[in-house]
This record gives sequence, C-alpha cells and structure tokens, in this order.
Amino acid sequence: MSRAATAARAPGFDVLAIRREFPILDESVRGKPLIYLDSAASAQKPRAVIEAMVHAMEHQYANVHRGLHWMSERTTEAFESARDAVARFLNAPSRDEIVFTKNATEAINLVAHAYGRGVMDPAKAVLISAMEHHANIVPWQLLRDARGVELRVCPITAEGELDWEAFERLLADGRVGLVAITHMSNVLGTVTPAERIARAAHDAGALVLFDGSQAAVHRRVDVQAIGADFYVFTGHKLYGPTGIGVLWARAELLERMPPFLGGGDMIASVSFERAEWARIPHKFEAGTPPILEGIGLAAAIAWVERVGIDAIEAHERALTDHALARLAAIEGVRVFGRAQDRGGVVAFALDRAHAHDVATLLDRQGIAVRAGHHCAEPLMRVLGVDSTARASFAAYTTRAEIDALAEALERVRRFFA
Amino acid sequence: MTDASADFADLRDLYQEVILDHGRHPRNFRRLAPPARHARGDNPMCGDRVEVWVRLDEQDRIADAAFEGRGCAISVASASLMTETVRGKSAAEARALADAFRSLVRTGRCPVCGAVHAEDLERLRPLSGVAEYPSRVKCATLAWHALEAALAGEASATTE
Ligand SMILES: Cc1ncc(COP(=O)(O)O)c(C=O)c1O
Repeated sequence: MSRAATAARAPGFDVLAIRREFPILDESVRGKPLIYLDSAASAQKPRAVIEAMVHAMEHQYANVHRGLHWMSERTTEAFESARDAVARFLNAPSRDEIVFTKNATEAINLVAHAYGRGVMDPAKAVLISAMEHHANIVPWQLLRDARGVELRVCPITAEGELDWEAFERLLADGRVGLVAITHMSNVLGTVTPAERIARAAHDAGALVLFDGSQAAVHRRVDVQAIGADFYVFTGHKLYGPTGIGVLWARAELLERMPPFLGGGDMIASVSFERAEWARIPHKFEAGTPPILEGIGLAAAIAWVERVGIDAIEAHERALTDHALARLAAIEGVRVFGRAQDRGGVVAFALDRAHAHDVATLLDRQGIAVRAGHHCAEPLMRVLGVDSTARASFAAYTTRAEIDALAEALERVRRFFA
Repeated sequence: MTDASADFADLRDLYQEVILDHGRHPRNFRRLAPPARHARGDNPMCGDRVEVWVRLDEQDRIADAAFEGRGCAISVASASLMTETVRGKSAAEARALADAFRSLVRTGRCPVCGAVHAEDLERLRPLSGVAEYPSRVKCATLAWHALEAALAGEASATTE
C-alpha cells in the first residue's frame, strides 16, 4: 500500500480507486508488491474486461454471422457492437470502416497487401520514419521486395522528433504514395504532429497511415480531425485482451482494396469458379473472428471512456514529467528523446551498466521494465546503442512507483559503480 | 566497490562478486593471430556479440583462448571465465565442459558436476543464478556456443 499511495494529480482522477479495478496489481513478485512499468509492451486488464469475456463464455457465446439460433444472434450483436465502440473511440464516421485483425502488426500487413500490392501504383514510394516499430517497417520492406516500391525513411532530430524539413523534402517530388508513420514512438515517447503530417502528405498526393499502437492508449484520437486515411491500433495495449487489433480506413479505400485473406465470412457467394466478396468490413475478416476478444475490447474502450482518456493523459503527463525529473537527477543516467510533445514512455541507459543487467537488477527489486531494442532496431542504430531500458506508464501507475524506480535505479548505479 | 555486502544482498545472489569483477575487467580480452581458430557468436534477441579465438598445441590441447565482444555483465563475465577454464583442455574435454555448463545454467543444478571437471564447474557456478531467467540463459551460453563453433571449424554460432 505504501508504495502505491499517492495523491491523485488530475482532478477527479483517483489512481488508488483505479488500481483496485486491476486484480493483478495485488500480486507480489519476489515478495514485493508488483511495480509494473511495462504497460507499453502490454497493459494489465481491469476487472470490467475480464468479466465481460468470462460473462460471454459463461452466458452468451456461439459463432457469429452463421447461426440462425438465439445464441449466435446475440453473440453477433455483441461482437458487432464492438465495432460501434471502436468507431466512437476513433470518431470514425461508420462502423463499416472498422476492420478487426489479430493485432496492429496484422493491420499494417493488411494495408501493405491489400492497398500496397492491390491498389497503389508501384512507381510510388512509401515514406516511413526512423522511429518506427518493426511492425511498421517490415511489411513495407516486403512490399518493396515484391513490387519494387521505393521505401523512404524520414530522419529524426536530436530531440527525437520528426525532422520536418527532411519530411517535406522527401515528399517534394510528389512520388510518395503512402506515408506510414507512428503516432507515438514506443521508445522515445514522441507524439508526432498527426494533423500536420496528414496535411503535408495529402498536399503531396500521398495517403497517410498512422500506427496508433501507443498513441491511442494515451491520447484522444479523432481520425477525422487528423485527416487520416488509415489508422491502426492493438487491443492488448489499451487494457483489452490479446488477439485483437483494429484497422480503420476510409470506406472508399476499403471498397477499392482487394481482400487480404480468403476463407469463410469474407465472401458473399462462392462457386468453384469464383467468389464474390462480402461487403466491408467483412471482406477483410476471413474465418471466425476474435469474438471474445472483440467483446473484451469493447469493454476496455468503455472502461477507458468511463475513466476519461483526457484524464488518463493528464495523469500520465504528470507521471512522465516526474519520471524525467527523477531520472535526470541520477548520475550516469541518459534518457532518450526530448520531444516537446510526448507520452508516458521513457527509455534510458545507465552509463556503466548494460540495459539487460539494469532490467534484471530492477526485477530483483520487484520492478518490471523492458530492456532490449523494443522492436525498433533501426532506431537503436540511430541512437547509437544496442539496447535501452524502458519504463512506461498507464492509468494505474503511481508517482510512488516512479519514486521506487528512481531509488532502485540509484542502487543499481551504486552496485555497478 | 565500497558498498559491500548487506546493502546489496538481494542483488548479489545473481550478480556475485566474481561476475561483476569479470564483467568489469574481462580476462583474455584480446584477439589471437592465425592459425588460431576463430568464431563469432550472436544473440539476435538482445544484440550481444562475442568473438572467440582458440589456439591448439601439438597435442590438440587448448593452449590459449581469448575473446572480444560486447554485451551484458553476464555474457562478458561468462566469456571471460570460459577463456580461463578451457585452457589446457582437449577439444573433447572443452565440449564436455560446455555441455555440463549449459545444464548448470539452464537448470541451476549440475548432476554431472561431481564426475567431470568438478573444480572448473565450481568456478563457473556463480553463473548458475541465471537459470531463474530463461531469457538470460543465452547470455551465459553465448561464448560457449562460439567456442564450440571455433573448435568445429565453423565461422559462427547463434543462440537461436
Ligand atoms: C508503436 C508500435 N507499433 C506496433 C506495435 C505492434 O503491436 P502488436 O505486437 O500488438 O501487433 C507496437 C507494440 O509492440 C508498438 O509499440
């Protein structure tokens, strides 16, 4: 209790009450209360999500879109209403624009195939940034290798922000067909200027995809206000279950894109000669979809909306400021990224100790952080390191936990001194 | 190290003094000239990288072993301790030691330790704490994989 005790920072935001909704936060690790600072890798789940999924399995479950029976009809309704929840969450104009995938990675692969190979002119280039997750690099490399599409990479500044001059230069020849860029870096915490990016991309004749895997968890996202063409995120980082991700795309694009995977559920009719595709979004959802995960994701979104995404953002901003100040006071600690606009992710290194040793020694003290390349190896090269440690924050993170991190890190520093 | 034992008791059981010492001041951290055999080891999961050299004498015993590389304290300490323990061993003995060591760091125990190379394994035992961290076992075994590759005349080894 004492480690978690802290005053709520954002008005009306009671972090202790929030923590009570997360059963796992009662767990101990090595005899110490769990201090979970790895939410950017995957967030813990509130009881509302757990119960929604259990309730479905216990009371209301069957396959969807197939049975004519009561259970199937009810389950179909519950699953389809998850699309409404996502559409509302992203302020998407229509539930038909919400495609469920396995995760963000699959959503980006879907776009790389169905739009990249199926619609985009192969003479056009794809523009990504130097701070992408592998999920937003490798699908475009596969597209490049398959279709000869040029892949351009926009550098970042020393602060860890998108290098805007370079960005405009890379768009200037009008040959970029798609800008695919993170809305928030999972390493640097940098939030990219999405509206400005979308405007510049459109002015240059390109479409824009945002990898919102991190941003959607920490910010209010409005795909219409941004002017996005594609937006993806992943359920398990948003307090929801694993196994479900989201692709939002403008209906007109989804209509023009050929299917990604073939099978049941994505067709209107099939003969041995040919198949007719189902209407969107079902055209992109082959096979039995993640039914329980959809129900869980809807519950997660409802939970986030109840707490308030703006309140979560304010809470995390206070935590991040506090973490940056505490880490800066520790000798030999280097923090990566100094973006003006940043979310609750802090990557750091200790000058005398390897990131893996730091993570293990923090784990010995009951603190879970991530260490490694964070699926962003090219970014590690830009930063001139092999790996970093990373602490990341969520709605349930407390100021006291950050103090515990700082104290534990100070011990690690002395241990390696 | 000023702040010795008590304050760090919870950290020491995994990072014993010998690991910190070899991690900070690796022994045999150098290259050997040809015809010494050489192989590199990569752990793609964490970016650890090690290069190992071994020179065999006329009786095919390891006359010298050395390494270079970068990585965490566990991987550097393990490579350093390895270069010390394999000296004077035949290739077959070094391989047997590698097997016993792998079992030690994977399980934390070593049923064969009493039988073969008891003393050598006793020196390596401080690394056995990684058994608790399956993802870090590879840090400890990386140099040994590279050593075996070098002895077999292969250019490289990975932990994958
Ligand atoms: C920025 C970013 N993009 C994409 C992903 C991939 O998410 P998933 O593994 O759920 O597909 C992650 C998380 O690992 C991420 O942080």
